Amino acid sequence: MKDSPPRVSDHTVEQIVGRMLQLGVLIAALVVLTGGVLLLVQHGGAPASFSVFHGEPDGLRSIAGILRGVGTMQSQAIVQLGLLLLIATPVARVAFTLVAFVLQRDRTYVAVTALVLALLLYGLVFGHA
Amino acid sequence: MRCRGEADRASPNVANLFLPDFAGMTAIAFALLVAGGSFGAGLLGALTGLGGGIVVVPMLTLLFHVDLRYAIGASLVSVIATSSGAAAAYVREGFTNVRVGILLEVATTIGALIGAALAGVTPTSYLAILFGLILLFTAIRSIRPRQEHALLTTPDKWSARLRLDSTYPSAGGKQAYSVQHVPAGFLLMFVAGILSALLGIGSGIVKVLAMDQTMRLPFKVSTTTSNFMIGVTAAASAGVYLHRGYIDPTVAFPVMLGVLCGALLGARILSAVNAKVLRQVFTGVVIVMAIEMLYKGFTGSL
Repeated sequence: MKDSPPRVSDHTVEQIVGRMLQLGVLIAALVVLTGGVLLLVQHGGAPASFSVFHGEPDGLRSIAGILRGVGTMQSQAIVQLGLLLLIATPVARVAFTLVAFVLQRDRTYVAVTALVLALLLYGLVFGHA
Repeated sequence: MRCRGEADRASPNVANLFLPDFAGMTAIAFALLVAGGSFGAGLLGALTGLGGGIVVVPMLTLLFHVDLRYAIGASLVSVIATSSGAAAAYVREGFTNVRVGILLEVATTIGALIGAALAGVTPTSYLAILFGLILLFTAIRSIRPRQEHALLTTPDKWSARLRLDSTYPSAGGKQAYSVQHVPAGFLLMFVAGILSALLGIGSGIVKVLAMDQTMRLPFKVSTTTSNFMIGVTAAASAGVYLHRGYIDPTVAFPVMLGVLCGALLGARILSAVNAKVLRQVFTGVVIVMAIEMLYKGFTGSL
């Protein structure tokens, strides 16, 4: 806190991160909206029955599957891509906070933030809990 | 497509006590109604400060007969959207205590991953009862609004070691504060993380309890820091739920867009509305949903 003069202030970091998050949510929302409209155009007349849990098919629950589906312009996969982007925004926030602590040479908080990031990526990439 | 008979067999159909029932619709009618309900939830949640996430799951399960797991997946996604969407507004005011936030996120993300694991093996009737209790607790807390407590500047061992003490801008310049009872706050946040994943909520109510009451952060600091953490906590379990197939696009997209638009509008018109009346309305909705969730939980019909 006291010695390193060219340090990035907490507030500057927060400003940038806040904007980044808003942009992330905006992009995610637009992708979800595109996919959602397409989904209703294609399958709007189908009965909506969700009272029994089946679990999503593989193409809608793995990152690789979702990207494949988006490649073939599948509406459900486009919605999932938007949701994936949304889930990624807080992860990006933590990653950015990590960079800020590295620049501040704050070892304790570099370790703490890296741990949080590792936990998040673990859930997002491997999906085990 | 599945036939109707197959869908009905698994859930014993117990009628709602008070709430209406929208079953057997086309996808387009479902999406429009869910988007409208989610918009209302997001709007009221933002205006009352109670968060919309807490009523999304009861709405989906009770009104639309959506399986609890799909409802939790969709709700978590909307929680992330509101948290990240509101972040920029909060950040501008400069109240967030990033160190406190990131430290407590260790507790909430571990809690969220454990909660996500527990969700897979917990009977849905237990989850419904737990949800009902949390709704009741939320209603009680909203009837008795929290009071601003005196700021403490007495040093705390953990707070000093982890450099958590900070200042926040107030009318009379920078106001210093000291963070108290760090281990107790950390433990409460672990519980908040478990609840968030199990029930698909932001658990802002527990987070405020931890930061406001236990760690004695100033009101505005705890609110904004809690918002910072809610998105990160929800992202931890949402990732797991995506892989586990809990996040259905047809359920999640109207919920996410509805709650987000409602919350953004709510934040804009916040100063122009009578929050007290809205709070009473919202509390009423929460109480009705609490009774329904407890009823469904005890009759094992969710």
